[in-house]
Amino acid sequence: MDGLSIIKAASAIGAGLAMIGGIGPGLGQGYAAGKAAEAVGRQPEAQGDIIKTMLIGAAVAETCGIYALIVALILIFANPWV
Amino acid sequence: MNGPKLFGYLFGLPVSETLVNTWITMAIAFVMCFVLTRNLKKHPGKAQVIGEGIVTAIDNLVGSTMGKDKMKFAPYILSLMMFLIFANTCGLYGLRSPTGDISFPLTLALITFVLIEVYTWKGRGPKGYFKEYIEPYPFMLPINIIEKFSRPVSMTFRIFGNLVGGIIIMLLAYEGLSGLTYLALIIPIPLHFYFDLFVGCIQAFIFSMLTMVFIARGMDD
Repeated sequence: MDGLSIIKAASAIGAGLAMIGGIGPGLGQGYAAGKAAEAVGRQPEAQGDIIKTMLIGAAVAETCGIYALIVALILIFANPWV
Repeated sequence: MNGPKLFGYLFGLPVSETLVNTWITMAIAFVMCFVLTRNLKKHPGKAQVIGEGIVTAIDNLVGSTMGKDKMKFAPYILSLMMFLIFANTCGLYGLRSPTGDISFPLTLALITFVLIEVYTWKGRGPKGYFKEYIEPYPFMLPINIIEKFSRPVSMTFRIFGNLVGGIIIMLLAYEGLSGLTYLALIIPIPLHFYFDLFVGCIQAFIFSMLTMVFIARGMDD
């Protein structure tokens, strides 16, 4: 097996491993959405503000998942070693 | 997956699919604005009612997020949001979304970055501007500088990553469905609804909201 094949195989495995980073935002956004649902249940008249705040928080929490996606995309489509 | 196609060169500058689709997006936004704001009257017609509704909604959003004293940002936020919504939903009419190329969101994030810096300087004065770097303690200076420059990077990658993820999944779905004739008509509809409409509108809203929050926080201290 030549070196290039090993690099390609390792890149594919690395891209898969990088997407484990999707666990974190999933947990965090689910928790945020659950808390928002609780808050709406307690104070239905503040629904607009709660949804707005939740969306900003969820977007910021999503950043690390997006970074994992970018790393996986670079490994597959723009690999610097191939 | 391929990147945006290259159509050729104009005066030595590359003309890519992103550039063409950006101009198409701009044309759609311009035509919509033109139709909605043509011959305004005291007793509004249908088009004027829709236009006034959009402007009022954005005014309320800016007023409640940034404060009533910063209403001068409302036109910028409205154009940003409209441009992003039309650009992110390009997949619905068969174009490659210009947001799926990193140059487009990077440009918008840099505009936001410059706006934040300029209005922080204007709102707080030079002393307050530099004081922000050594808060809460002077040894936090490197961390504050990193935070400042990571903002446009994270804003760029948030919108770029979401849209590129959507484009790749849609491409995979269409390739996988190419053998099934009738099912291929129905199955992509919910995927288009989620990845183009929902994600696109949410990301446009979030980008505008983050722009507003950062500018207002910089000005208010």
